[in-house]
Amino acid sequence: MTMNRRDFLATAGRGAAALTMTSMLPLAAMGADEILVGGLHDETGGLDFAGAPMQQMVRFACDEINEKGGLLGKQVKAVTADTGSNMQLYQSLAQQVALRDKVNVVMGGITSASREVIRPVLHRFNTLYFYNTLYEGGVCDRNCFCTGTTPAQTVEKLVPYVMKKWGKKVYTIAADYNYGQITSAWVKRYVEANGGQVLSTDFFPLDVTNFGPTIEKIQSAKPDLVMSVLVGASHLGFYRQWASAGLKKQIPIASTTFGAGGTEPILITPEESNGIISCYGYYPTIESAANKAFIAKVESKVDKFFGGKMPLLTELSVCTYEGCMMWAAGVKKAGSLDRMKIIEALESNISFDDFPSGKVTIDPKTHHVTRNVYLADLEERKFIILETYPQQPPADTQAVCDLVKNPNDNQHYQIKL
Amino acid sequence: MFSLVVMIEVLRAAAGLVLISTGLMIIFGMMRVINIAHGEFLMLGGYTVVMAGKAGVNPWLAMLVLAPLVVGLFGVLVERLFIRFFYGRMIDTLLATWGLSLFLMGMVTVLFGNTVTGVSVSLGSVDVGGLRVSGYSFFLIAVAAIILIATYLVLRHTKLGLVARGTMQNPGMAAALKINPSVVYMATFGIGSALTGLAGALLAPITGVVPTMGVAFVAQAFITVIAGGPAIITGTISAAGLLGSVSQLTTFATTPVVGDVALLFVAVVLLRILPNGITGKFFRRSI
Repeated sequence: MTMNRRDFLATAGRGAAALTMTSMLPLAAMGADEILVGGLHDETGGLDFAGAPMQQMVRFACDEINEKGGLLGKQVKAVTADTGSNMQLYQSLAQQVALRDKVNVVMGGITSASREVIRPVLHRFNTLYFYNTLYEGGVCDRNCFCTGTTPAQTVEKLVPYVMKKWGKKVYTIAADYNYGQITSAWVKRYVEANGGQVLSTDFFPLDVTNFGPTIEKIQSAKPDLVMSVLVGASHLGFYRQWASAGLKKQIPIASTTFGAGGTEPILITPEESNGIISCYGYYPTIESAANKAFIAKVESKVDKFFGGKMPLLTELSVCTYEGCMMWAAGVKKAGSLDRMKIIEALESNISFDDFPSGKVTIDPKTHHVTRNVYLADLEERKFIILETYPQQPPADTQAVCDLVKNPNDNQHYQIKL
Repeated sequence: MFSLVVMIEVLRAAAGLVLISTGLMIIFGMMRVINIAHGEFLMLGGYTVVMAGKAGVNPWLAMLVLAPLVVGLFGVLVERLFIRFFYGRMIDTLLATWGLSLFLMGMVTVLFGNTVTGVSVSLGSVDVGGLRVSGYSFFLIAVAAIILIATYLVLRHTKLGLVARGTMQNPGMAAALKINPSVVYMATFGIGSALTGLAGALLAPITGVVPTMGVAFVAQAFITVIAGGPAIITGTISAAGLLGSVSQLTTFATTPVVGDVALLFVAVVLLRILPNGITGKFFRRSI
């Protein structure tokens, strides 16, 4: 992102306004008889379509915990702050919820860039942190639990499936930051492992909107399929321009991101998005009693928490819900609000059988999760599940991270490929 | 065939630069008003299309008629209330329009939220030797050409154009000839704003609309205008053509990021060699 003087002033102004406004809230509003859960998600800005449902889900989950009698005889309260798709706000708001609000846990971060802003802050201030987004893998920090999927769980399944279906020549287009760089490296690895070839990998900063030259380049390279690792609202322009160039019927698209966040399939018309194959830890069309009950519960509270409109449930928002529930189970098992006791409780091979996404187990060595992975085709804004891969371990992070052996490890490993 | 497609993309990029800079060429090139809020005028054009689309207006009507009208009238309003007190005070105008730019961004954020809204307009695609090119690219190129030709004809062959050019050159002499410079300034600013609104509307389907979208364009527009030099039409064509080719060819060879860097690099080198822009040295007698 280019930062000019106007950007800087606008950002600084907004940051200052946000700080002064929130600090005017009376401290008495946060009584000691409540347990606070922080929520740091982008409700505005370029990532709002993913962040808003996640933030709503934090409030929804807290409400559900209270309905079941709260925790340790106390009520749970969500303290949410809008990070505005802005890294400076992540920095200041993370300090605010940790130091001023003294929340017990923070659910937050969407891009890996934002996670690496708040993770060190929360680690330093001893505030438990849940990152509930699919990402490139490799975070190794005892204070942090990563509940989303990583490439060894999803890309490993997606690549061979689409190569078998469409062909061996792949063209990758990816967002230009650590998630896109690392995930596209995984794509290349799995393509080559399956006897295929990556013709080219092109990277785009998050604010790129014009994909004209790229679309011509892809056509002249004649791949069998395009693998999209694009992120954010600006990049949605690719799908529009791709369809308007009439290429949808010629070269199919698979994606590690499309439909993961929230409203991409709503912002993009069915004609532009039909046939995109993806692979995530959750789809709303999962056929299980637990998922149906979960969706019914969301529906019944759609006015209270989701602005009157049924949210498109995705891995990001549902993992946020599951993250809240994992933390609650940890508190219950620990019987205490002490951070280390909760971490130890969550490290005791704790398993959840009836989550919306299926069975989920926390891996004590990596603080990542073993979960079901699904592969689906998008048709008319509905994900049709084609394959289910039960109980996939986070093998990529397991290769580099062992918190049982090195409990003081605190870094984001760039997994060597 | 691939080279033909590259040519089309280069033309489309040049057309994009022509679109975003013609309005500024009139406001800055002719009137010497540094309008830092130029990008926000583009953004208002984009939002006009989004709003009109939500109200059920035909998108083509909204883009080609409504957006220039709304932003043109807004420009007249801004000129009357604001800009006219700053004529001849370049640095003050810069600060004042910077304030206007921040105000407009904040205002639109409050009204419509800091979120990207898409506009879908489809013109199908054209087969160029086995490669598909979006029909919208051809549309943009055509509109840019029409704007240039129309501006040329108006400035060169109508009384209106003559009066406008004369007033910009010597307002005192124009006033002595019973022309009211204040009205001419207002009208010129309005037309420049209308062209800017049109450009914002035409770009909205490609970029999506967001309150801060102007920031990405304002630098490119100023670079094109300054690199073009004093002649309005020839300057825009030569600068947009040169900078468009450089950025697109680099993008084809590498990535969009390097393409942007190449554009800025060439602009810096160009201004070092030709401090008065391309038409400060070549085509000096053109418009």
